[in-house]
Amino acid sequence: MENWSLFSLCVLLGLTSRWAVSFHSYSGAGKPPMFGDYEAQRHWQEVTYNLPVHEWYFNTTNNDLNYWGLDYPPLTAYHSLVCAYVAKLLNPEWVELHASRGYESHSHKLFMRATVLFTDILIYIPAVLLYCFYFCDGFSKQKVATALCILLYPGLILIDYGHFQYNSVSLGLALWGILGLGLGWDLFGSLAFTLALNYKQMELYHSLPFFCYLLGKCIKQGLIGRGFFQLAKISLTVLVTFALCWMPFLSDPKQPLQVLHRLFPFGRGLFEDKVANTWCSLNVLIKIKTLLSRETQLFLSFALTLLFILPSSLKLLSKPNLWQFKLALVNSSLAFFLFSFQVHEKSILLAAFMLPLLVKDGLLLPYVVTSLAFLFLSLYLLSHLTRTNEPLFWYFPFLVISVATFVWLEPPAKFPDLFPVLVSILSFLHFLGFIIYFNLVQLMEPQRKKSQKKTN
Amino acid sequence: TVMAAPVTNDQSWFFALALGVSFLKCLLINAYHSTDFEVHRNWLALTHSLPAAQWYYEATSEWTLDYPPLFAWFEYGLSHIARFFDKEMLVVQNLNYASPATILFQRLSVIVADVVFFYAVKECCKCLREDKGKYLLGKPSFILTVLLLWNFGLIIVDHIHFQYNGFLFGVLLLSIARHFQNRHFEGALLFSILLNLKHIYLYIAPAYGIYLLRCFCFTQSNIYASPESRINKLSIDLPQVLSRLFPFKRGLCHAYWAPNIWALYNIADKAFSILGVKFKLLDINKLPKASMTGGLVQEFQHSVLPSVSPLATLVCTVLSILPALFRIWHRPNGARGFLRCLVICALGSFMFGWHVHEKAILMAILPLSLLAVESREDARIFLILSITGHYSLFPLLFTTQELPIKILLLLLFTIFSLTSLKTLFRSGGALLNPLEATYLLGLIPLELICEFVYPLTVWQKTFPFLPLMLTSIYCALGVTYAFIRLYISLLTCSDSTKKIKTQ
Repeated sequence: MENWSLFSLCVLLGLTSRWAVSFHSYSGAGKPPMFGDYEAQRHWQEVTYNLPVHEWYFNTTNNDLNYWGLDYPPLTAYHSLVCAYVAKLLNPEWVELHASRGYESHSHKLFMRATVLFTDILIYIPAVLLYCFYFCDGFSKQKVATALCILLYPGLILIDYGHFQYNSVSLGLALWGILGLGLGWDLFGSLAFTLALNYKQMELYHSLPFFCYLLGKCIKQGLIGRGFFQLAKISLTVLVTFALCWMPFLSDPKQPLQVLHRLFPFGRGLFEDKVANTWCSLNVLIKIKTLLSRETQLFLSFALTLLFILPSSLKLLSKPNLWQFKLALVNSSLAFFLFSFQVHEKSILLAAFMLPLLVKDGLLLPYVVTSLAFLFLSLYLLSHLTRTNEPLFWYFPFLVISVATFVWLEPPAKFPDLFPVLVSILSFLHFLGFIIYFNLVQLMEPQRKKSQKKTN
Repeated sequence: TVMAAPVTNDQSWFFALALGVSFLKCLLINAYHSTDFEVHRNWLALTHSLPAAQWYYEATSEWTLDYPPLFAWFEYGLSHIARFFDKEMLVVQNLNYASPATILFQRLSVIVADVVFFYAVKECCKCLREDKGKYLLGKPSFILTVLLLWNFGLIIVDHIHFQYNGFLFGVLLLSIARHFQNRHFEGALLFSILLNLKHIYLYIAPAYGIYLLRCFCFTQSNIYASPESRINKLSIDLPQVLSRLFPFKRGLCHAYWAPNIWALYNIADKAFSILGVKFKLLDINKLPKASMTGGLVQEFQHSVLPSVSPLATLVCTVLSILPALFRIWHRPNGARGFLRCLVICALGSFMFGWHVHEKAILMAILPLSLLAVESREDARIFLILSITGHYSLFPLLFTTQELPIKILLLLLFTIFSLTSLKTLFRSGGALLNPLEATYLLGLIPLELICEFVYPLTVWQKTFPFLPLMLTSIYCALGVTYAFIRLYISLLTCSDSTKKIKTQ
C-alpha cells in the first residue's frame, strides 16, 4: 500500500479518537461557581471580545482577574479573540459580558470542541506528518508506525479534547520550529518557535536548546564572517516577532510588566496540587514549603534548574547537530519540570501520571481506553518493527495494576491523599531516572550506527 | 522495501486489529444512540419480569418484541447480568430509562457479543483459496479481516445507532465458513439458529435451501429440518409471534427510504403526479393525500402508478432471485457459487422487498467481502456496493456531534478498501472505470449539499425530506448497478474445477 494512503489512515484514526474523546465531559462541567479550564477559555473569549486590549491583563470592574484572569501570553489572547468573533456569529449569548459566566450547553460544547479540532488539523497534525516523513529513520512502515503512535498519544488527546486546552497549538508551533531547524531553515524555525513561546510560556522549557543550537551553529560558521550575519538575522527575526505579538502592549511600560506578572506568578508558591516534581515529592519528607522563605525557594529552584540544564546545553553548544538538539530538548524540559517554580502537572503531558486530574474531570473511561490502546499499540509495533524483545513488557501490567489500585481501593482515613501522593512520587522517580539517563546519553554519545546522517 | 513479518507471530496482527476496533467501540460508548437502545432495554425488562408465554403479548411500551424467540432468550440471558449494573432498567414501566450504568451495560454487551463475529472472521480467513502476500498489508486474509472487523456499517449501526448485528453476522459468517469447510451440517444448524435470532435472514434462506437440496441427498433433508423445529418448540403461540414478526401494516418504505427500487418508484410516481397536475392531465382534488414524504410509516396510495401491495413486492423479489437459484441448481459452483447466490438473494430482497431498512444492505456487503479479496470483478462490485451502501447509512446518524465521526470512519474504510484492493489486483489495469469512479466521487458534492448547504437554505422548512430523497435516489443507482453486475458475473462464470465432496 502506498505511503500517502497509510499516512492518511493514521490521520483519520487520530482524528476519530480525538473527536470520540470529545464526547465526554470537560473540566469543571456543571461545577459552579468556578467551573474549570473550559470555562476559563470561554471567559477569555468574552474578555478579549468585549474589552479593549489595555484592559485584558488588568484588574478592572469589568475584568475580575480572580475569575480566570488571562495568564498566557498575547497570542493566546488573539486566538481567543478570533474564536470569539466566530462565537458571536453563531450565538451572541456565548460571549455576553458578565451574563455568559458559566454558560454551558450542548451546542456550545460542540463549538468549543470544534475550535480545538480546527487548530489541531491546521497546525499540529501537518507538523507531525512532516516530522515523521523527513526525520524518522527507518523504512516507510516504521515512519507510518511512528506517526500513528504520536497521533494516538493519549496525554495530548485527553488534555486537549477532554479536560480542554489548546496545547496542540503551542506544541505544533514548537514542532514546526524543530522541523525548520532540521531542514536548515533557521529563520523559519526561529519564527515558529517564537510564536510558540508567545502562545504558551511553558515553551520556555524548550527555549534553551533552541538558543544553544542556533548559537552553536553560528559559532561553527565563524563568528567573524557568515556566522555573525546569520546570528544577526536570527536575532532580528526573533525580536521582530516578539514586537509584533506584543505591539498593543508596548504603548505603556506598565502593560508588559503586568503581563509578565500574570505569566509568571511567583506569588503563588513553589507548587500547587500534587505534581510529580522534586519539590512536591520532597515536601512529603521535609516541609520545605513552610520551612524556607519564598526568596530562598525561588533561588533554590532557579539554581537547581540551571544546574541540571547546564551540561546538556553546553554540550549542544559545542556540537550543534540534530541528534544533540533532540536530546537537549528532552533534558531541558525534564529539568524545568522537575525543578522549576509553580509547575503544573499538565506540563509533563504524560498520561499515566495525570490520572487524578482526569478522574476529577469525569474522564476515566477515555483515559483507560486511550492509554491502554496507546501502550498496547506502541509496544506491539515496537516489538514487531525493531525485532527486539524489550523488557518493557513487564511495564504494561505494572501500570495497569497501579491504575486499578488508585481507582478501586479506598485510601486509609488518616491519609486521604495517599494514592495521589504515591502516584506523584513514583512518577517523580521515573522522571529523575529519565533525566539522568538522557543526560548520560547526550553527553557520552554511545555507539550509534547512523550518526553520520544526523550531522548538520 | 519489504517489511519483515516474523513467521512465529503469525496471528498476532488479528488480535491487534480486534483489540484496536474494540478500543474504538469503547470510546463511542458516550455517542448518540437511537430509539433502538430503548427497544432493547424494554426487551431486557420484559423478558426478565414476565413469563415466556406473555413475552409476545406485552404492550406497555410501543416497542413490542418483534424478533424471534431465540433472540428473546438471548435478551433474557443478558438481563441476568444487567441486574449487577442497574436494577432499574429491568422494570418494564421505566420507559426511556437511560442511566449511565444502563448505557454502559448495553454498549458493553454489544462489544462483548462481537466476540462471535471475531471468531467467525478468523474462520473465514482460513477459507481463502490462497493467502500469499509479499508483506502483511498485502495478504488477502489481512485485507479481509480489516474489511470485516472495521466495517463502517457495522461500527455505525451497532455501536452508535445501537443494535446487535455484529453478533448476528458472526453467526451468518460462521455458517458460511462451515459450508466452505465442507462441514455442512454445522452450517445448516447455524443458519437455522440465525433464523430464530432474527427473521430478516429469511431474505437469504432460498440460497441455503437450493444449495443444500441440490448438493446433498434428499433423504438427508429431514436432518436439516429437525434442528429448526426443535428450536421452535418453545411453548410460544405461533400466530401471535408471527403477527409481531411480520408487521405488514407498516408502509412500503421505511422512514428513511432505503435506496431500493421502490424509492425510485415513489419518486417517479410523485414526479408524474406533479407533471400531470401541471399539464392539466390530472385533477389535483382527485389525488390521494400522500404522506410518504414525512417520517411516518403508514400505508399510502400511489397517485399515478399502480399501488404496490406486500404480495406484489414478494412476487418481484422472488422473480429477481429466481434466475440465480436456477443457475445454482443447474451448475452449482461449490461454496463460492453458493455465496454469490446468497449475496444476490440478499440484494434482490433489499431491492424489491416490503419495508426494507437501509441497514439490510449490510447483509449483502459483509458476505461479499469474502469474494472481493479473491476475484477482481467481485472486488470492483464490492467497492461500488460498499461505498454507496455505507453512504446511504448516513441519514441514520443525523446529529451534529456524530457528523465528524461518520465522515472520518467512512473515509477510513473507503481509503483502506480502495487502496488495498487496488494493490491486491494491481495487475490488469485500474479496478474502477472512469464512469464508476466519477459516480463514487459524486458522493462528495452530494454530502456537501445535503448536510452543509441545504440546511442553510429556505427550502429546509418547506421540503425537509429533499436531502433524504436525493441520497436515496443517488444510492439506488449504485446499488442497482452492483446488483446487475453481480448477476452478470454469476451467470457468466465458468464451472469450478473442484467437485464438491459429499459426506
